[in-house]
Amino acid sequence: MEPVVHLRSAVSLLGRFPALAGVDLDVDPGEIVLLQGPNGAGKTTLLRTLAGLLPVVSGTATVLGHDLRTDARAVRRRVGLLGHATMLYDELTVADNVRFWSRAAKARPADAEAALTELGLDGRLRDVAVARLSAGQRRRASIAVMVARRPELWLLDEPHAGLDAATRDVVDDLVRRAAASGATVVVASHELERATALAGRSVTIVGGVIPGPDEADPDGETAPPDPSPEVARVP
Amino acid sequence: MFRDALLVAGKDLRVEARSRVALNQVAPFALLVLIMFAFALDPDSGVLSKATPGLYWVAVLFCAVLAIQRAFAIEAADGNRDALRLSGLEPAGIYLGKMAAIAAQLVILEVLLGLGVVLLYGTKTAGWALLVCTCLAATAGIAAAGTLYGVLAAGLRVRETLLPLLLLPVLSPVLIGSTRAFEAARNGTPGEGWPWVGLLAVFALTYTIFGAFGFGPLLEES
Amino acid sequence: MTTQRSDATTTTAPPPAGGAATPDASGPIGTGSRGTRILGLATLAGIALAAYLALVSSPDDENMGDVVRIIYIHVPIVVVAYVGCMITTLGSVMYLWKKSRWWDVTAAASAEIAMVTTALTLVVGMCWARPTWGVWWVWDARLTSTAMLLLLLLGYLAVRRIPAESGARSKRASIVGVLLLPNVIIVNRSVTWWRSLHQDTTILNTLQPKIHGDMAFALYLAIPVALMMFAWLLVHRWRLAWLEEEVLDHDLDQAITDRRAEAGFDARSTTVDIGEATS
Repeated sequence: MEPVVHLRSAVSLLGRFPALAGVDLDVDPGEIVLLQGPNGAGKTTLLRTLAGLLPVVSGTATVLGHDLRTDARAVRRRVGLLGHATMLYDELTVADNVRFWSRAAKARPADAEAALTELGLDGRLRDVAVARLSAGQRRRASIAVMVARRPELWLLDEPHAGLDAATRDVVDDLVRRAAASGATVVVASHELERATALAGRSVTIVGGVIPGPDEADPDGETAPPDPSPEVARVP
Repeated sequence: MFRDALLVAGKDLRVEARSRVALNQVAPFALLVLIMFAFALDPDSGVLSKATPGLYWVAVLFCAVLAIQRAFAIEAADGNRDALRLSGLEPAGIYLGKMAAIAAQLVILEVLLGLGVVLLYGTKTAGWALLVCTCLAATAGIAAAGTLYGVLAAGLRVRETLLPLLLLPVLSPVLIGSTRAFEAARNGTPGEGWPWVGLLAVFALTYTIFGAFGFGPLLEES
Repeated sequence: MTTQRSDATTTTAPPPAGGAATPDASGPIGTGSRGTRILGLATLAGIALAAYLALVSSPDDENMGDVVRIIYIHVPIVVVAYVGCMITTLGSVMYLWKKSRWWDVTAAASAEIAMVTTALTLVVGMCWARPTWGVWWVWDARLTSTAMLLLLLLGYLAVRRIPAESGARSKRASIVGVLLLPNVIIVNRSVTWWRSLHQDTTILNTLQPKIHGDMAFALYLAIPVALMMFAWLLVHRWRLAWLEEEVLDHDLDQAITDRRAEAGFDARSTTVDIGEATS
């Protein structure tokens, strides 16, 4: 089966700085992959690159069948990116935001409503302006916007940050169900315990690099912690 | 594309309806400008009433700069620029939608300014058809050029000072044309004004086309 | 990508393997070359000749006397300004179409020279206005349009200096540049039409000198000389800007190597693909 993500020696630039300096990555459909690495290693940049937002200038990079070097824009509407920013209009209500973004993505209204319900936003919070929500509630709203679009590739940057335990469980459940129905998930997280329980395998990025199998692995730093012996795999 | 434009225009106007920035800040600013002109030009000397068409449009242009900056400030917040790129909306559609929302707000401001000018400067109005068409054509041109230069300046640290510097020279034909048209309406010689409306329409069309093509590339990261 | 100005490649030292952060010590320390020295000398000779014709050998005008001699600077300078403006627009179009950095640098260099010559045109125009009409400024079509041209160029140059990453800056500047010539034309037409409605222009017309014979010859010589000067300035400014960009760009390989080294990986060869993407 065609991998959803296929990167070889991908180099991606933030201005003139090579934020990704040689990434090798393969992700198959339906997988949940955990992305680990120290701060500044390039986790956020990798997720944004996979979303088609940042240009790939060297190497091979294919996501959902589109070549990121020439056709990055086609990838965008098929992925869902949950980043540090809320990507919501503060002045509008939760329901307004979900409705706007899902109509922009040509998603079904029923999916939008379902997303609101799943994230617990269909009661009183529906008609509250985003500016008046707590940080955790805003996160839930951002997740609802993403879920309503039913993306084929989920790119989650610290999805559990700022959420209470119950909501974290909701998020994990959503991720598992999405993967079960064929979506692919890449999660960047520092929450090792919860994330490794969720993910099928883990990859580590250091200094903008995920080494390929033919590269020397210095000091064994890039060896992933095994969530369970049989699923660990270094690409 | 037009469906996207309607969606974006609706969203922008809804944001304005909830936050009321144009109403609470830009409209009072318009009134303030009219009053400042009266202070500067001494209502008794007759200069104020002679200069009314020009002063009106200068006030409109100043308000337009504020309205355009506001329209892009709401996108600057919290990753919305990325979100627009990921959304699946066509860039040309986003352009037309933002342009329409800015134009709608400008028309309301022009009506308010018109009332202000009639009340405060004692202007007699005539030639309604010419006045209305001038306003529509000029507003379209201001919104078209403004949305293009607005997205160009958006996201830059120097955006507040760059936008007027870029936009106002570009809009000088609109200022010249709409003022001449208003003067023709006031003097009772509308025949002289209609050619200027033609110029305004050509300007608006040219910039709408440029803008629709240029908006997408400018929305990108680099 | 090949450059049309072959001189440029002879003046840049080839980057050492792996890219150095500073140019090689044996590289050029100036932007001059054989070509520009010849051009420069020819221009100086041309200026000397034009000055002689303008100031000494051509006749006075019957109405204005010696003041008419300003025309020998004023017209060539404004021609240079408009040519510079056209090159900026052309360069911007080509940059957006071909993504060629060569054209981007051309547009930027040309705009700077156009701005200076436009400002000069206005100053010279004011020097003409004062003895002729007794005022420093008149709102006639030409002066007003030239003032607007200056503002449009200042806007373009402001965009060239924004604190942003250079690709973003070049793209924004190009969009402003593409619109530069259309804006100039639209503003020109509006202003001319507007001023033609006022009868004052007939007064100005009676003071326009008739150009013929020796005066025409002096003028038609001055224009190409001014264009030669423009070319000389353009080549130098272009090379300066190009060298500035080169210093930043050749670091990319090194930057990749450094980033990988931080994490303990070996340098990986990625130079093959970089060239097109960053230009």
